[in-house]
Amino acid sequence: MGLLYNKLTEDIRFVEGLKACLNCGTCTAICPAAEFYNYQPRLIVEILQTHDDEKIEQLLKSDTIWYCGECMSCVTRCPRGNAPGLLITALRSLSQEMGYFVESEKGRQQLAIKRTVGEWILNYGYCLFPANILPELHPEQGPVWEWEHANLEDVMQRLGANYQQTGPGVLRKIPQEALDEIRRIFDETGGTARFDKIEKFSRQKAEEMGMKLDEKNSCEYVKHIYTANNKNHTQSK
Amino acid sequence: MKIEGKRSIWKEYQKEIADDHYFYVRSCVRQNFFPGSEKTFLRIFRDEMNKDIFENPSHTTCSGIGYHGDIVPFETAMTMVARQFALMTEAGYKNFVTSCITSFGLYTEILHTWHQFPEVEERISRHLKNATGREFHIPENLAHASDITYKFRKEIAEKGKYRLVNRFTGEPLKAVDHIGCHYARMFPEKGIGGAEYPYVLTGMIEEWGGEVIDYPERRHCCGFGFRQYLIQANRGYSIACSKRKFDSMKPFKPDFILTNCPGCPMFLDRWQYAISEMEGITYGENGQGIPVLTYEELAGMILGYDPWDLGLQVHQVPIEPLLDKIGIPYDPASKFLGKEGKFLGQPNAPSFLKFY
Repeated sequence: MGLLYNKLTEDIRFVEGLKACLNCGTCTAICPAAEFYNYQPRLIVEILQTHDDEKIEQLLKSDTIWYCGECMSCVTRCPRGNAPGLLITALRSLSQEMGYFVESEKGRQQLAIKRTVGEWILNYGYCLFPANILPELHPEQGPVWEWEHANLEDVMQRLGANYQQTGPGVLRKIPQEALDEIRRIFDETGGTARFDKIEKFSRQKAEEMGMKLDEKNSCEYVKHIYTANNKNHTQSK
Repeated sequence: MKIEGKRSIWKEYQKEIADDHYFYVRSCVRQNFFPGSEKTFLRIFRDEMNKDIFENPSHTTCSGIGYHGDIVPFETAMTMVARQFALMTEAGYKNFVTSCITSFGLYTEILHTWHQFPEVEERISRHLKNATGREFHIPENLAHASDITYKFRKEIAEKGKYRLVNRFTGEPLKAVDHIGCHYARMFPEKGIGGAEYPYVLTGMIEEWGGEVIDYPERRHCCGFGFRQYLIQANRGYSIACSKRKFDSMKPFKPDFILTNCPGCPMFLDRWQYAISEMEGITYGENGQGIPVLTYEELAGMILGYDPWDLGLQVHQVPIEPLLDKIGIPYDPASKFLGKEGKFLGQPNAPSFLKFY
């Protein structure tokens, strides 16, 4: 067993998620990602059971581990009580820990998630924040969201929200002391370190790719990772 | 058809749900996209059912979307959840109710982890103490807000003004239920009906007069997939999942879709619009879509609340055909008004989906 496999076994989700897989393929049969992408959770588990660090490193640097939608359908159906979806969470954590995530198109997208959901958690106390869900980045949201977004405070008030006001209620302003506590939790538990690593390895990769990366989400690298699709991910290319 | 056997199986998939005194935590997605639903939940259970529901304004996201977007480490997510439990403990409550399925799944996963590995709970307690000075007890009872609605579905029916019956034909309305992946996939025993016999929404629909369609892709994911929607380049995955469901349910001609998770109604609503724009396909009758509801919205409709107070105007798939079938009155002129009756303009009409 090598360094990477040992690191995986330190993750409780890996311990819980992998017993002895018989490679029956039930997880792949039920998997929404396998239906859409070139992806088989069965193969992920097969590789992990080899304990082969070289193969695990390849996996951690590949697009493959980023195809799962973490719906956990596989967990319900596995006849051996394995949880391929949980193994994916452990692999993704290690990929970011080692900086391998920037080696694949899908992995590089982690910076965009960190800069949206991650920053919104710290700055607003919510994973999503409506003013930041811009219609131009979300054409699928349709004209009703465009209308709502343009009239956000009015609509929220009409529907009884306490939008960015003090006290309880929908989309209330989270008190600063609570936001300070969240930030200290992130500092204490490795959340801040994870964010810093995502930024650091992304900066290195952007430089290598000759793309501009600064703190703005409108910069070349962030726009690129948010939209780039080499069309090699799905079964019908 | 004899259904006693099925009912007997379902009895094995029940869970204990507290009667009263709930510590309530909100959902990021529901607050963003269906703000009227949480308002309605509290209106029903505080005002109609006289339940004690406490909300501490300092509660925050559980970080679940960040956790399943893999940017938030498990250690951090566990400590965020421990903080929510600490707020419950400090307020003197033991029954924890969440408005979000992603949160419900995360809370369930964490409680299971702590049960299996007590040393992890001890470590998280230390993290929380170091970061915030707070201490927590785990809840005696953990429920999703839909579990509470299910528990009191008979009382809602008794107080109700409307039934899920097509007033033009006298037939029960046909519903698709969608319980959401993280309600019961990982821990089926924590959800009513488990993952195999989803009953939390079916119980409401049947009690309120409708019938449920058991279509092939009933248990398929809506397609959120966290990073598969959050990143624009991945959204093909998301819309493909929803389309698989729509194509599968269409032959059964559902009158509406009822959802459990806050994200699913947004996707099942918006992707119908996107599919119509991309391919000209609509899934309801005469160019209409299939209306998609949260369980709070449906309960509010049964109780006779004004559709625009419920927030049905912020759905992209118009809800009016369903209101017409049930016989619920609505004022079209009030649909797009703000709080003081100010007209906020009208959204543009889609290219294909019939708009009201």
